[in-house]
Amino acid sequence: MAFLTLEGIVKTYGSIRVIDGLNLEVRHGEFLALLGPSGCGKTTTLQSIAGFVQPTEGRIVLDGRDITHVRPEQRGLGIVFQSYALFPHMSVAQNISFGLEMRGVPKAERARRITEALDLVRLGGLGERYPKALSGGQRQRVAIARALAIRPNLLLLDEPMSNLDAKLREEMHIELRAIQRDLGITTILVTHDQVEAMTMSDRIAVMQKGRIVQIDTPYEAYERPHSPFASAFLGKTNAFAGAVQTRNDRCCHVQVKDTMLHVPHEDRSLGNDVNVYIRPEKIRLKAAGEGRLNGRVRLRVFLGNLWLVAVETNFGVVHMTQPNLGVPPPAEDSDVGLDWSDDDLRLLDREVAHGQV
Amino acid sequence: MARYDAEHVGSAPWLLSAPALLVFVALLLVPLLLTAVLSLNLFSDTDGVLPSYSLGNYLEVFKDDYFHEIFLRTGGMALAVTVLCVLLGVPETIIIARMAPRWRSLFLLVVLGPLLISVVVRTLGWAILLGNNGLINDALQALGITDQPVKMLFTQFGVIIALTHVLVPFMVIAVWATLQRLDLQVEWAGLSLGASRLTVFRRIILPQIMPGVLSGSIIVFALAASAFATPAIIGGRRLKVVATAAYDEFLGTLNWPLGAAIAMLLLVANLIIIVGCSKLAERRFKQVFE
Amino acid sequence: MHKNGYFSLLFHWLFILFIVAPLVVVMAMAFTDKGYLSLPTDGLSLRWFRALLENQEMLDAFVLSLKLGLVSATVATLLAVPAALAISRYEFPGRGALTGFLLSPLMIPSVVLGIAFLRFFSMAQIGGSFWALSITHVIVVLPYALRLTLASTIGLERDIEQAALSLGARRWTAFYRVVLPRIRTGVIGGWMLAFIQSFDELTMTVFVATPGTTTLPVAMYNQISQTIDPLITAVSTVLIVGTLLLMLVLDRMVGLDRVLIGEGK
Repeated sequence: MAFLTLEGIVKTYGSIRVIDGLNLEVRHGEFLALLGPSGCGKTTTLQSIAGFVQPTEGRIVLDGRDITHVRPEQRGLGIVFQSYALFPHMSVAQNISFGLEMRGVPKAERARRITEALDLVRLGGLGERYPKALSGGQRQRVAIARALAIRPNLLLLDEPMSNLDAKLREEMHIELRAIQRDLGITTILVTHDQVEAMTMSDRIAVMQKGRIVQIDTPYEAYERPHSPFASAFLGKTNAFAGAVQTRNDRCCHVQVKDTMLHVPHEDRSLGNDVNVYIRPEKIRLKAAGEGRLNGRVRLRVFLGNLWLVAVETNFGVVHMTQPNLGVPPPAEDSDVGLDWSDDDLRLLDREVAHGQV
Repeated sequence: MARYDAEHVGSAPWLLSAPALLVFVALLLVPLLLTAVLSLNLFSDTDGVLPSYSLGNYLEVFKDDYFHEIFLRTGGMALAVTVLCVLLGVPETIIIARMAPRWRSLFLLVVLGPLLISVVVRTLGWAILLGNNGLINDALQALGITDQPVKMLFTQFGVIIALTHVLVPFMVIAVWATLQRLDLQVEWAGLSLGASRLTVFRRIILPQIMPGVLSGSIIVFALAASAFATPAIIGGRRLKVVATAAYDEFLGTLNWPLGAAIAMLLLVANLIIIVGCSKLAERRFKQVFE
Repeated sequence: MHKNGYFSLLFHWLFILFIVAPLVVVMAMAFTDKGYLSLPTDGLSLRWFRALLENQEMLDAFVLSLKLGLVSATVATLLAVPAALAISRYEFPGRGALTGFLLSPLMIPSVVLGIAFLRFFSMAQIGGSFWALSITHVIVVLPYALRLTLASTIGLERDIEQAALSLGARRWTAFYRVVLPRIRTGVIGGWMLAFIQSFDELTMTVFVATPGTTTLPVAMYNQISQTIDPLITAVSTVLIVGTLLLMLVLDRMVGLDRVLIGEGK
């Protein structure tokens, strides 16, 4: 039984369909990420759930109640805005107290809950400071505390980490996820950062041009993308154009250049013009002549925990990564062989019309 | 923005600003100092300006009831104008800020444009409107609200109305600048936490535009207190304010020292109001705003 | 943001009426065909505009104000531009004080300025000349020219100038071909605003004007103090229309809100 349901949401501005028929079911206690590039409609979707934007068509149902036309101040959601939107003329404690005041929480209880909220985000003792005197990371925590103090049944996060530097962002990913798990609060995160989405969420909804194109756990979404778009948006991948030669119930033979590839695959609806995908971490380097494909190292980059190698082959340039286990890969201009396991190959229809890949 | 190091600056900035600086020192600072000195001279009807120095003029201003009345009237009037400008200007600015961009630009032009029209023209309009045979009285009588013309010209009331008209654009400017810096998402945050629209306005928007309202009030008060043309035209000969009193002494009685003393007091009062209140406001709001 | 409700819009239109009424009334009365102050209820007439063209005193005053405006705006701009460059490009001790000093006329009541100048001129025995008058105007309008010019020089990136220098341009060439074009709108906007402020200046000028150097606002003020007749409304109409045109040009060039408020749209 879904906790939050979006049915057939459409939002148009003039002739532009920002949200183009969106359906979503979010389970209670789930952490769901809306992931997509800018302009895909994810922020507008969040704003519709919050009530700041009215959908042109469709329904929003929260915990059994139709909130499509309910005013934002009556929805009782917790929202963390991208700019944090702290009240600059109020102290941290007053910021957190605001939502409680609106609910008529008595003074003593308010004080208790403010302390509780500040401890939750590890900002205890900073109640009297003003937003101006806080760092970016601290302001974000205040925004989170303010949203959680009112004990909402749904938490909305609008790209809350985009203003933090990389290290801080990583820390907050883990911390926020821990808080969410502890409280068991249903949460929706809007982001364009796929690492963020994969780190924090139970499920990822990939959005493109106003629609959800795939909704899966991070592992499934990454390992089995349903479209070239999802494939390219979540992590890096290699793609080769090929033609299906034979197929049966369990696999296909695909011709790529002068090599025949054997791909375990069950989708009957697949056409004959396909792309073959393989992720860089699934490729292994061997000595020249010992792999399935021969090539020459064009570029070798050390990234600390792994090596990134670009290999020139007759398929084109293939990118592979190998963990930094002590032995570096062959240097530039070396001849190498590439190997992989057939199970790691993926097939998708080539979307020629969109010029994909 | 890239700047030159302080060590390598040399005399370049001073050379560049020298012309303006020289003109200002010679033709602004010096005349002001001369006037300050003049205010310390004494005056006799028969011999003109006497070459002796004393604080006699200032004493006269502080002791004479005539001047008390003038300063009080000026202060009271400036206060009334300031309050009216706040009551009229602040809501209007918020209303304009909520319009679609096209209307917003248009009405900003309409409200602020009169600043570029000479104060004589604007005051002339009010002189015409407020007269006993003026349009407002004609309208009031036509609507049957009064039988006799209501006296508005040559009254304090009329001066206050006309000055409000002249100075309200300054309030709009001050509040507008502050409104521009408001983050829309902060309003949304208030709503999401359960506040009604009215509460959002009262507790979130209003406190944030206070600094603008305050700085606008300071400007309006200072300008109203030193106003000349509008009180002269609308108030007439008998309703003196500080500026017209100074004019009288200088170009009427030719008691230059006394006129200079009044001018100096007006200058000092102005500076105290502007600088003093600004510093107070700054301290009050320091912790809150960038 | 929320839309405006009916009550707000009512307030708004009443406010606009308040702002516009005096100006509209003045312009309306300029077209009366009668010999006294009245609305043109019997038909429009240009008689007072024709009378204006024959009124030597007003015409002289108008020409004087024009000349005065042109001269003071130009001199003020010539002084303000280098000062603005100095202030926005260099960090030097006294920069704040210098800026405050050059902007100080804005904080000094016009009456005080008028008295101070009058005193100075009488001591220096130069009262009554056009040049004395223009100096006073230069000082009064320079802050306006400076503020607008500063707005455009402060945002100027130094690297384009450095790029020009690195490509071999000499300092003056780099200034002329790289810096000047970028600040041009600010400078011209500053000039125009200075001109308008000079043209409109009344209170200070009342003290230093003489029968031979009477500006248009002073002439109007003197006239109004005695009696108000349609002639003065005709003059006012010309001023209002002229200012409107200048406003539109200013808005097109620099953006009127930048001019009046100091921040962009």
